[in-house]
Amino acid sequence: MEWRRSYGRAPKMIHLESNFVQFKEELLPKEGNRALLTFPFLHMYWTECCDTEVYKATVKDDLTKWQNVLKAHSSVDWLIVVVENDAKKKNKTNILPRTSIVDKIRNDFCNKQSDRCVVLSDPLKDSSRTQESWNAFLTKLRTLLLMSFTKNLGKFEDDMRTLREKRTEPGWSFCEYFMVQEELAFVFEMLQQFEDALVQYDELDALFSQYVVNFGAGDGANWLTFFCQPVKSWNGLILRKPIDMEKRESIQRREATLLDLRSYLFSRQCTLLLFLQRPWEVAQRALELLHNCVQELKLLEVSVPPGALDCWVFLSCLEVLQRIEGCCDRAQIDSNIAHTVGLWSYATEKLKSLGYLCGLVSEKGPNSEDLNRTVDLLAGLGAERPETANAAQSPYKKLKEALSSVEAFEKHYLDLSHATIEMYTSIGRIRSAKFVGKDLAEFYMRKKSPQKAETYLQGALKNYLAEGWALPITHTRKQLAECQKHLGQMENYLQTSSLLASDCHLTEEERKYFCQEILNFASQQSDSLGHKIVLPMHSFAQLRDLHFDPCNAVVHVGGILSFEITMCSQMPVPVHVEQIAVNVHFSVEKNSYRKTAEWLTKHKTSNGIINFPAETPPFPASQNSLPALELYEMFERSPSDNSLNTTGIICRNVHMLLRRQESSSSLDMPSGIALEEGVHVLKCSDVTLEPGPNRITFRTQAKEPGTYTLRQLCASVGPVWFVLPHIYPIVQYDVYSQEPQLHVTPLTDSLLAGIPQKVKFTVTTGHYTIKNGDSLQLSNAEAMLILCQTENRAVIYSNTRAPAPGGESDMLGTPEPHRKHKDKQKTGHCMVTTDHKVSIDCPWSIYSTVISLTFSVPFQTTHALLSAGTRKYVQVCVQNLSELDFQLSDSNLIDTGDSTDLHLIPLNTQSQQRISSKQSVFFVWELKWTQEPPPSLHCQFSVGFSPTSEERLSVSLKPYTYEFQVENFFTLYNVKAEIFPTSGMEYCRTGSLCSLEVLITRLSDLLEADKDESLTESDEYFSTKLMYEVVDNSSNWAVCGKSCGVISMPVAAQATHRVHMEVMPLFAGYLPLPDVRLFKYLPHHSAHSSQLDADSWIENDSLSVDKHMDDPLDSSSVKSRGSVHSTSSGEHKGLPMPRLQALPAGQVFNASAGMQILVIPSQDDHVLEVSVT
Amino acid sequence: MAVCVAVIAKENYPLYIRSTPTENELKFHYMVHTSLDVVDEKVSAMGKALVDQRELYLGLLYPTEDYKVYGYVTNSKVKFVMVVDSSNTALRDNEIRSMFRKLHNSYTDVMCNPFYNPGDRIQSRAFDTMVTSMMIQVC
Repeated sequence: MEWRRSYGRAPKMIHLESNFVQFKEELLPKEGNRALLTFPFLHMYWTECCDTEVYKATVKDDLTKWQNVLKAHSSVDWLIVVVENDAKKKNKTNILPRTSIVDKIRNDFCNKQSDRCVVLSDPLKDSSRTQESWNAFLTKLRTLLLMSFTKNLGKFEDDMRTLREKRTEPGWSFCEYFMVQEELAFVFEMLQQFEDALVQYDELDALFSQYVVNFGAGDGANWLTFFCQPVKSWNGLILRKPIDMEKRESIQRREATLLDLRSYLFSRQCTLLLFLQRPWEVAQRALELLHNCVQELKLLEVSVPPGALDCWVFLSCLEVLQRIEGCCDRAQIDSNIAHTVGLWSYATEKLKSLGYLCGLVSEKGPNSEDLNRTVDLLAGLGAERPETANAAQSPYKKLKEALSSVEAFEKHYLDLSHATIEMYTSIGRIRSAKFVGKDLAEFYMRKKSPQKAETYLQGALKNYLAEGWALPITHTRKQLAECQKHLGQMENYLQTSSLLASDCHLTEEERKYFCQEILNFASQQSDSLGHKIVLPMHSFAQLRDLHFDPCNAVVHVGGILSFEITMCSQMPVPVHVEQIAVNVHFSVEKNSYRKTAEWLTKHKTSNGIINFPAETPPFPASQNSLPALELYEMFERSPSDNSLNTTGIICRNVHMLLRRQESSSSLDMPSGIALEEGVHVLKCSDVTLEPGPNRITFRTQAKEPGTYTLRQLCASVGPVWFVLPHIYPIVQYDVYSQEPQLHVTPLTDSLLAGIPQKVKFTVTTGHYTIKNGDSLQLSNAEAMLILCQTENRAVIYSNTRAPAPGGESDMLGTPEPHRKHKDKQKTGHCMVTTDHKVSIDCPWSIYSTVISLTFSVPFQTTHALLSAGTRKYVQVCVQNLSELDFQLSDSNLIDTGDSTDLHLIPLNTQSQQRISSKQSVFFVWELKWTQEPPPSLHCQFSVGFSPTSEERLSVSLKPYTYEFQVENFFTLYNVKAEIFPTSGMEYCRTGSLCSLEVLITRLSDLLEADKDESLTESDEYFSTKLMYEVVDNSSNWAVCGKSCGVISMPVAAQATHRVHMEVMPLFAGYLPLPDVRLFKYLPHHSAHSSQLDADSWIENDSLSVDKHMDDPLDSSSVKSRGSVHSTSSGEHKGLPMPRLQALPAGQVFNASAGMQILVIPSQDDHVLEVSVT
Repeated sequence: MAVCVAVIAKENYPLYIRSTPTENELKFHYMVHTSLDVVDEKVSAMGKALVDQRELYLGLLYPTEDYKVYGYVTNSKVKFVMVVDSSNTALRDNEIRSMFRKLHNSYTDVMCNPFYNPGDRIQSRAFDTMVTSMMIQVC
């Protein structure tokens, strides 16, 4: 039925159960009785009376009495039921409708509440009337019952609250109140309002807790002291019965202990929660309860025998778990492990502590004291309760069994632990699982089975390392060390020991102990050979920095290289290390340039100190110890045209970064460290490493050139080797080999011949060490002088790449020599160069070094023969090709032919002349002779020169000489050309013909020079054939008619030949006369092959034609000349043609050279062209 | 009041952990470490909730006999774990909350320090002082 309650509480459907009991006056509640469940809510009076008389006689009195009793108990909930029977009715028909029994009763008792009386007619008959009356009755009954219930419940609650408010008064008892409120809870439970019932218990719970807390704060309540009695029984929770009457009674009797109260409370809560289908809350509350109880007992300072609480908790945990398991199916439990696992773990913990307490974990088993304690504990459990006595797996039995023997304990403990670990793991609480595992490991260690413990310890350690928890790591390692020691895993033990010895979280003593363990082992095992134990170094010592000497880490073959490393010993005590070795990887560089001193000094940026990153402490192990990204640019070019194909960034240390996380912790992997057996090992023996930084110096003599990379560092203490598998960053040193080298370079761009210049000797000593007194010996060709300034000595500019010990000492040698070039060169087009070799003997080599020096001749000289009639002049032109300015002096020209009758008269006025760079200077001499001059003249020109920049020279410089030869310098013919205007004209006019008269005069008799094949002899009379040609190169003149001809010239002085020609000026103005050329006309020589000769003729002719083609008007003359030739050659058909030979320049003097003639423009010319020359 | 205060990085390594010096430090380390299980569980359960509605305070992670472990997680998944003595029953949820808020503020200050490298252990004196005050403060 629907239940409406006051205070706005939501209406609920409730199920109210009621009992009918016979009315007894003593059953009526007295004042202060609070038993709500047995409370008479509604009083009913049933009567069958139909007779008014009977009613008046007995029933009325009886009713009145009943009413009075009720009133006396202030109960207003009553109901009178009148049962009417038809049979009776018929007998006594109503005289008056108003005077029926019912009406009478209503009149008499229900003066205001007429509904308090109901009529039930013919209850045993099956008629509609009966049905109706029953329904009306039941409805009435329900309504009234509920009314009464509500009223009474409200009153009860009020009373309860009043009672609660009195709690501060002395003499208030919690137990009493507990019973009252529980009554309420029971009512709710009966009404199936479990939620409300639970609330009541929760309120009680909270109230009690508050009292305990207040007690702890010093505000004690008297009644609470009662709960502080010593705990004598610890039989755990009982959850199988809905109400543990035993406990309830003890509470009622105020004999309950705190545990009893709590147990009872929780069992009720548990029951209600299970009714509410909330088993997981049970588990959760159970854990809270257990923790809470333990705390409260502590707070209240209740004396508890050792282990008693553990028993209680253990039993309770299991009880709760079993209770939950009992009401849920497997799948439900599996999916809610998270809720129950806490209880499992708690039970495990408690069993463990019980085991330790009762000596069940120790190796020897429990002693008598332990046994006594066990007996006491078991006694406290009491007898097993009847409801679980038959169950095979009751918590009680379990505990009893576990405590009975060592084996049983082990079995139960392991079962529990494994179950817990499994559960934790299945819900992903790995850390918790590891923690339980560690406890288990501890247990195994106690049981002397370290092999089982190890796996758990390793697992836990791995977990802690992965997350970087320093203290747990240390602790677990310590356990592991012990375990490994027991297992005899020497290698692992030593490694763990080394880690522990360097662990700053341990005390000094502990560290020393572990360090000593290593040292002891090392000293014990030193006799037995061969077996090495390789351990990672980082725990033993850490590399701080490395310092090279020389600091560029480059050393020459044979040189000494040393480096000093700073090792930070992590050990707490000084450790004597027999040997520290550095494994060096040697690689020959393919690129030989890399080995040179220059390259190395350029490319090594370091100052010789390499700092190693501090090994990260274990705390942020996996996350922060990752190396930084090493990114590089990457360009990929296509092989064909070198164009950029791809570009990008590559990470060089991907393999480090993308390693799996698990393996990144490099601990306990001694197998991962491989000892490299290299050929190149640097060693340092007998070192004692003090705690903290130590400096160790390694020395090595460089042997083979190449690059040496420091790979591994290992320190050996007896058979124990601490190995640093990789030295990172990479440390390298280079050994190079370089032969001593000598370079000689001029100070200027190029060396000039003839003047003193400086050259620089550069000695790259390479591996050679210069000793005091070493000298360079120069052997030079005599053409080159070495000028040595005596006071000048070599200064060695010591630089890093040429290691020169004692480099301050002066070297005796021939530095910066002045050279003189004696050799003279013939002129050339460009600056003529000449090479001179110097051979130098160096102290480091048995062979001489030959060095070639190239000198350039600064001058270019040309000569020319000039004529003026028969007078002859020699002109010498000196051109300065160099960049320097020179001073020329003492120019001289001598005839080397020693002809006494020949005189050279200088026409040069200045004795000193300056010749600037790229300028020329001319010198002229007149040739005079007294006798017939020789056909050729050998001359030597010499001029002194010195650079103008150098004012004073310590040495006399050799003059510059130039030899040349002049031949046929004697003038044989004088050619004179004259142009006359046409007769009657005063001036030549353009376009009009003028006459050209050429006068060829022989100036001498037969001379030596004439004796060639053109000379023809007849009767002591010599004549020679000459060909003349008039050529006008500047196209001023047009030659009309024949421009050339052959004449026969008698070889005699003043023999003259005169030629007339017609020429026409083409321009007006002063025009130079056309050139007249004179050739020797050589007849055919039989010795020549005809074909060749013809060819040569044609060649010559064509050449001459080519020469004159620029003059179009001349073409006719060329043709005519050609016809002349053809006619002349026509006589000698089949014979070779004659040849022409130019007369040497000195033999012909053109007397009219440079002459000009005035040409007047013709008058009718519209266009006047004036050529001004 | 608090017997142990720990700041744990996103990757679950301790950035800061301090416990009352009178007690076994190791125990608290283990405790805090184990509590991370529950933190993870709670965080992953919470992950579906909207970010702005997310409660940073995780509440009681798990109780032990002697201690109560409370958790708090920042939006950057840095965890604060506080261990409180169970006997200190006067400590209510609200107080724990406010303590966490204080801790968070102080942590934010540490993070704001330009010289602090996120991910390093916290060595700030201010933070230390604050934690000390939280540990000795008597409610």
